[in-house]
Amino acid sequence: MSLRRILPFVLLALVLSASVAASWLAPAGYAKQYREAIDAPPSRAHWLGTDELGRDRFARVLYGTRISLLLAPAAALLSTLLAALIGGLAGYLGGTWARMAMAVTDLFLSLPWLFLLITARALMPLNVSPLVSVLVTFLLLGLLGWTAAARVLCSSAASVRTSDFVRQARASGVSGQRLFWVHVAPNLTPALYAQFWISIPVFILSEANLGILGLGVAEPMPSWGSLLKELENLVSFGAEPWKFVPLVLLVLVVTSFQLLLSKQEEGTA
Amino acid sequence: MHGLRWKIAGHALALLATVLVGGLLSATMVRLAPGFDADERELDPHLNAQSLQALREARHHDDNIISFYVDYMKRAAHGDLGNSLALGQPVRTLLRQRLPLTVQLLGIGLVLSWSLTSMLALSAAWLRLPTYDTMATAISGMLLCLPAAVLALLSVLWNAPGAIAIALIVFPHTYRYARNLLVKAYSRPHILAARAKGLREARILFWHVVPVVMPQMLALAGVSVSMAIGATIPVEALCGLPGIGQLAWQAALARDLPLLVNITILVTLVTLLANSSADVIGSMFRRQEA
Amino acid sequence: MSFKKLVALTIILVGALLAQATAQGSELRFCLHNEPKTFNPLQVDDDAAASIRYLTGGVLVRLNRQTQQLEPELAESWKVSKDGREISFHLRGGIAFSDGTPFTAEDVAYTIRQLMDPALHSPSGDAFRSDNGNIESEVISSTQISIRFPAEVAGLDRLFDQVAILSRYSAKKEMAVLGPFMVADYKPGASVLLKRNPNYWKKDEQGRKLPYLDSILLQIQPNRDVEMLQFKRGELDLINTLDSEYFDKLAATWPQVVHDAGPSLDSEQLWFNEVAKGPIPQYKKDWFRSANFRRAISEAINREDLSRIVYHGHAQPAMGPFSPANKFWFDAKLKPTIYSPDGALKSLASDGFRFENGTLKDKSGNAVVFSIITNAGNKARERMAVLIQDDLLKIGIQVNVVTLDFPSLIERMTQSFDYEAIILGLTNVDLDPDGEMNVWLSSAENHQWNPQQKTPETVWEAEIDRLMRLQASSSDPMKRKEAFDRVQEIVVEEQPFIFLINKNALSAVSTRVHGAVPVILSPQTFWNAERLTVSGN
Repeated sequence: MSLRRILPFVLLALVLSASVAASWLAPAGYAKQYREAIDAPPSRAHWLGTDELGRDRFARVLYGTRISLLLAPAAALLSTLLAALIGGLAGYLGGTWARMAMAVTDLFLSLPWLFLLITARALMPLNVSPLVSVLVTFLLLGLLGWTAAARVLCSSAASVRTSDFVRQARASGVSGQRLFWVHVAPNLTPALYAQFWISIPVFILSEANLGILGLGVAEPMPSWGSLLKELENLVSFGAEPWKFVPLVLLVLVVTSFQLLLSKQEEGTA
Repeated sequence: MHGLRWKIAGHALALLATVLVGGLLSATMVRLAPGFDADERELDPHLNAQSLQALREARHHDDNIISFYVDYMKRAAHGDLGNSLALGQPVRTLLRQRLPLTVQLLGIGLVLSWSLTSMLALSAAWLRLPTYDTMATAISGMLLCLPAAVLALLSVLWNAPGAIAIALIVFPHTYRYARNLLVKAYSRPHILAARAKGLREARILFWHVVPVVMPQMLALAGVSVSMAIGATIPVEALCGLPGIGQLAWQAALARDLPLLVNITILVTLVTLLANSSADVIGSMFRRQEA
Repeated sequence: MSFKKLVALTIILVGALLAQATAQGSELRFCLHNEPKTFNPLQVDDDAAASIRYLTGGVLVRLNRQTQQLEPELAESWKVSKDGREISFHLRGGIAFSDGTPFTAEDVAYTIRQLMDPALHSPSGDAFRSDNGNIESEVISSTQISIRFPAEVAGLDRLFDQVAILSRYSAKKEMAVLGPFMVADYKPGASVLLKRNPNYWKKDEQGRKLPYLDSILLQIQPNRDVEMLQFKRGELDLINTLDSEYFDKLAATWPQVVHDAGPSLDSEQLWFNEVAKGPIPQYKKDWFRSANFRRAISEAINREDLSRIVYHGHAQPAMGPFSPANKFWFDAKLKPTIYSPDGALKSLASDGFRFENGTLKDKSGNAVVFSIITNAGNKARERMAVLIQDDLLKIGIQVNVVTLDFPSLIERMTQSFDYEAIILGLTNVDLDPDGEMNVWLSSAENHQWNPQQKTPETVWEAEIDRLMRLQASSSDPMKRKEAFDRVQEIVVEEQPFIFLINKNALSAVSTRVHGAVPVILSPQTFWNAERLTVSGN
């Protein structure tokens, strides 16, 4: 196994283990407010300092990892599967089916989904548990995030459908289902892996943005998205380098995911 | 020829129908979302009961969404796109004032993002150097992980044009797809054979790789237009650029139904045109290849 | 005179002239935080439009934001009748609007007619409407006018500070103004440019025409981070309302630009939903309608921490409905609420609540859990909600914090009543309590915790109704104060609003700006814009 595979694997394993061991590594928890140490720089007591309410940033990164690293890939998987189903099938079937599916996809791309999300929040009780709120948020993101990939997948599937080897396979009597799963689907993997990989950070950030609608992770629970939103303040006042740790960690995790998936990304000819 | 005209007419009609359905759906979503009837002015303690009542009645005017939309389409047919509730100006004037700036922002942003995408994706596929690929991945990964608002604020901080922020928001989305498609295309057996035989790289690229990936790249290009449109909202709002994105955000916050319906119709039209054009040109490449 | 001396004199003269030019001309630049909805001064109901009205509108009397005293402006003198129903103005003569149209008493009569048009629904007009009936203006001469109201209007003369006079005859309608500046250009979504009004009537003590500034550029920028960036880069000359977290950061590098004018009139408060028809469980309604419960919550909130942590010390714990900055109307007998979780638990125990295993339960065994909603995007309120969540957890109460977009919040608050507790604030508060009649009257719309009551549902709300009507119908300031002091005491006793903090008035003014004296009344930094100068743009 090359270094290019070992390093990301080790990093991901470290990050996941740290998040699992959060209650041991940061026993005070993510919600405890050290009110005499507001916005403090890193120290022995607080390795990444404290936030604007005196909460230990290191603990919040660890606990935030659980939410974001578990649910964002799950939502990314959902959106990828939906994109594959809708886009891939439409491209494979072609003709009117493809046109109708793509018209619906374009509509999906254009509609102001903000209002659906506002309605979704209104339908949930105000006292819903933070876990349910965050689950609903990532579910909605997964259900709405398939459209861009569907278009690319439709085009990929259409290209494969009209290729010589598929025509040959069809002529030699291969059934439609087998043709799709054995010959067409594997050629969609470059786009599918790209969609999956892109969706992870996009959904992590989107979850924080949905906080303005009352969705997403509820206080005092942390998420990487909410930690990254802090960066908006830093632009005005320059770097407090420890506040970039969530960003660096997310970039490392996302790059590690990609390096691990790179062989599968390239797919089979 | 006759058949082609009917085909074009059919496509145009389908486009129009989709756009109109989009307008109706967006009007319905806005109307049904909570807060439609609410007005910040209701919290002003200076207003007496009659004024508050008048405020509420004004908003109830658009209660029936079907009659609102039918009425809107009748007026739109005569060029009257209605009046913005939030800004108190004709929607047509607002769109006309702000469209050129957004078109410019989108145009430059997309050209920049695709230049960067093509350059990095092609070189990654061409060179197949693991270190180079990892670096390009890390750069695009970092841009993906930065909130769009931060990229917009950085462009304000560094006095960079808003188009650069748009380009940096769109680029990481398109790069990964483009890179994967090109890598896969270059890994096909006949390309490997051509390289082994010493065929010129430019010839391989333009004659054997581009035609294969073009349909998907065009589809991606079509979709990137929607991504760029979405990116205009934080970029225009934070960079103080008075374009359609900023208008859309103001309209959303104010539940400005006439403005939101018009903006949705405009966005749907642009999205459909971009993606349909990508489809048509892509299918030409497929026929060529076949 | 030798050649050298001549050159030296010329340099000195040119230098002095240049200094004068740069000191007395130039452009002031700052931000508006929203798009102005209108340029018609009679329809102003947002901050941006109010700022433009302040800079361009000519008023009969002006409340000096520094001294908080009324001063003559377009009116040389005025007189309010004993019954408080009539006000007479003696106007300055020889004044013209910005387009040259002469200003006379007919313009005042015209403005009043427009203002009181029921179809206009003007907030400044509604402030005058103490009763139904017509308002009559009598133009006695070109410089004398008398206006009669159907019933007494408390603080009648002060209300004219918000009434910018329109021209009856000008073709430019509301764009013809009497103030120091006029709207020269408007780029929607980007900026409003105000230029000096060449016909402005006022002169300074040396007889020089005001304003000193050539122009004011108002950039439309809702984002505070971008505003801060622009200020630091010298692209803006002042920040009218500065967030406390930015205050300290600016003060660290640039102490001379930041100003803390002390406690403002603004307040932040928490209240519970006491509406009987609200779709929340009955047992929760029972909690929220208990004054004991509300007082206990108030006692359990650490206001010092809210001021210190959220506002970085640039706020004071609130004592009641009015801030101590409102020197005349604030009830000096009020005492601050002492933070005491034990005291809170004692109060709750007397209502049958029990604190068991870290959870507070009511007498029926329901765990005390409720949500607090506030508007997303307001960092201070979001942080206060989380601190209060932590404070109440100490007495076993679980609070869920939900931030919502503003329209959804307003809808829950005013229409569906589907909320349990809410944190919001009052800004641009009037000095005179009469401006808050629609908050304190139980039948009114803005009686937020339980609006539009057909008859007062509690004895104390009935008493507040009586006292507010009493102070509105009296012209004796001391009698009015006595009545409103009692209102404040009842509010503190019953805690329908749990007042949290009074923010300080914070601002930033570049060293290029001369003559600025930041105060607590809005507009804090440019209240004397006509006398400001900017050097070295």
